[in-house]
Amino acid sequence: MFAHNLFLAWKSLRQNPVLSLLMIGAIGLGIGVCMTTLTVYTLMSNNPIPQKSSVLYAVQLDSWDPNEAWGEPNQPPSQLNWRDTQALLKSEIPQRQVAMFRSGFAVQEPGNKLPAFLAEARVTTADFFEMFQVPFIYGGGWDASADHDQQQLVVLSKKTNDTVFGGTNSVGKTLKLDDREFRVVGVTEDWNPTPKFYDLNNGSFAKPEELYVPFGLVEPLELKSFGNTNGWKPEQINSYQDFLNAEEVWIQYWAELPDAKSREAYQAFIDHYVGEQKKLGRYPRPLNNQLTNVVDWMRINEVVTEDSKVLLGLSFLFLAVCLLNIVGLLLSKFLGKSGETALRRALGATHWQILQKNLVEVGLIGLLGGVLGLLLAFAGLQGVKLLYRGYERLVQLNGELLLVALGIALASSLIAGLYPAWRAARLAPAGLLKTQ
Amino acid sequence: MLQMTHISKVFRTDLVQTHALRDFSLTVKEGEFVAVTGPSGSGKTTFLNIAGLLETFDTGSYLLDGKDVSHLSDDARSRLRNEKIGFIFQGFNLIPDLSVFDNVDVPLRYRGLDGKARRQRIEAALEQVGLASRAKHLPSQLSGGQQQRVAIARALAGTPRVLFADEPTGNLDSLMARQVLEMLEEINAKGTTIVMVTHDPELARRAHRNIHVMDGQVSDFTDFSQALSARDALAA
Repeated sequence: MFAHNLFLAWKSLRQNPVLSLLMIGAIGLGIGVCMTTLTVYTLMSNNPIPQKSSVLYAVQLDSWDPNEAWGEPNQPPSQLNWRDTQALLKSEIPQRQVAMFRSGFAVQEPGNKLPAFLAEARVTTADFFEMFQVPFIYGGGWDASADHDQQQLVVLSKKTNDTVFGGTNSVGKTLKLDDREFRVVGVTEDWNPTPKFYDLNNGSFAKPEELYVPFGLVEPLELKSFGNTNGWKPEQINSYQDFLNAEEVWIQYWAELPDAKSREAYQAFIDHYVGEQKKLGRYPRPLNNQLTNVVDWMRINEVVTEDSKVLLGLSFLFLAVCLLNIVGLLLSKFLGKSGETALRRALGATHWQILQKNLVEVGLIGLLGGVLGLLLAFAGLQGVKLLYRGYERLVQLNGELLLVALGIALASSLIAGLYPAWRAARLAPAGLLKTQ
Repeated sequence: MLQMTHISKVFRTDLVQTHALRDFSLTVKEGEFVAVTGPSGSGKTTFLNIAGLLETFDTGSYLLDGKDVSHLSDDARSRLRNEKIGFIFQGFNLIPDLSVFDNVDVPLRYRGLDGKARRQRIEAALEQVGLASRAKHLPSQLSGGQQQRVAIARALAGTPRVLFADEPTGNLDSLMARQVLEMLEEINAKGTTIVMVTHDPELARRAHRNIHVMDGQVSDFTDFSQALSARDALAA
């Protein structure tokens, strides 16, 4: 009966194409707007590393101004300074830990055939790759000894490897970064965590870096941060060493703490460390060191903006307005066919059979509206891409979102169509047969 | 086949109430061909709607094929309509965007018959009304008489025990009206009970029995069965 009802629904839509197109268009428009905002919102609020998000902790030490918190409400700075980083790296409590910052290098391929280009880089300790589960095409990351021994090693992104080495296995080959030779130890796959949770200071949706070098090279090569550097008091900085000794914060720090026990131990460790520093005259604020997991970290850093939430709400309100219009159009359509409904009732159809027939028609309208909505959402996302820089990586519809769009279209049209379909099914047939 | 006893039906609005049927009693035997006549507003259509289970009544009792239908649920009445009753309407009441075949198929779908059984019944019914070759046509491609024959085929396909016809020739010219009437007589001759509402006295005279309805009550009976038998004997 379902197939037959589908056949009747298709015929009915074709019988009055203008009305059908109006309804499909209204649903399509509502779904298109909803899916555009929902896609952006979903990707913004996506958990980028669900399998580990509860054991990875951003480390914050409150080294800030005694008179004013770094962020509201009473948030410690989101980055650490060099001195504290060095102290924390000595702890053996975390299963893995990473100190890192964003930097950049002029890259020169070994044959000097291509002009040098500027590549964004991440200067990081060795655990970065395993801790954040970075996938590799060739080779892998470096080990802790490379940091310790200040070895000039590099991990390339797939894109950089494609540019410099034509996509071949470049492990063991060398290239120049700022005129210094670095040996390639690994090439990552297209790794694209969204949001870029491990460094929300430099754009929540920024692209991953194009290459990675050991944190151990910071001091000998005097590597500079390309990211945010913040301080709260005037400091005399005349040399690179002055900068490293300053209270300025510029290093992101993450610890992998697999259970509550290690978390408590690490919290005690950093609290003890800060307590010791207080005795030296540092850390003028009350003790306020925090370990924050990935999901909370994204919430605190407002990865999903209030504007996005409001926009999402408004888009669903718009869908509701579209659906209200459809209720009217469907009522008009079904009541316009009351003669046929009366005839079917006279020939033996029950209320339920008429309701089923009408709902199948509503469902078909919903699905067609959903398909139109997806096309509009695709166009809308292209518009977002053109209008807003930094959102390029958010604006793609995946299979899951396609199904969600069709599901919302089907469900919302059925909700909107329930009353008109029910009302038409309840019409008394006797009075309507003569007018059919 | 059909036994109505002291049926009454009142239509109420905020301002007025109309007694469509008052103390209406009628019995139609199995295999009878009964014509129901009466002026407009006399209650003929209300009688037909109640008899065809399209409308409920306020008081009285109604036995259809021996079954008391007074207190049946709407779904049960729908099923009974589907299984035991066929309708023929003045305006044919075909679904315009369905083919002849699909129109005849409508009641059979609601009965839940499988595809093969439905096809056999539809082909037999269309054969019986002489429209087997028009199965794929749309109603708009047929003449009025042909459309009414499709409606008859739709009623016949369900092998009803009783056929209710509401002015079945009202929209047809005299030639086509005669053809349709002959078809109804043929169906009746095979045992199907027919109750036909008509304004046309000539048509009414072809029935076994004529019931005149006035002000919602049966006002007169005319039994033509003896006269018809005599006519048939003379013709023979």
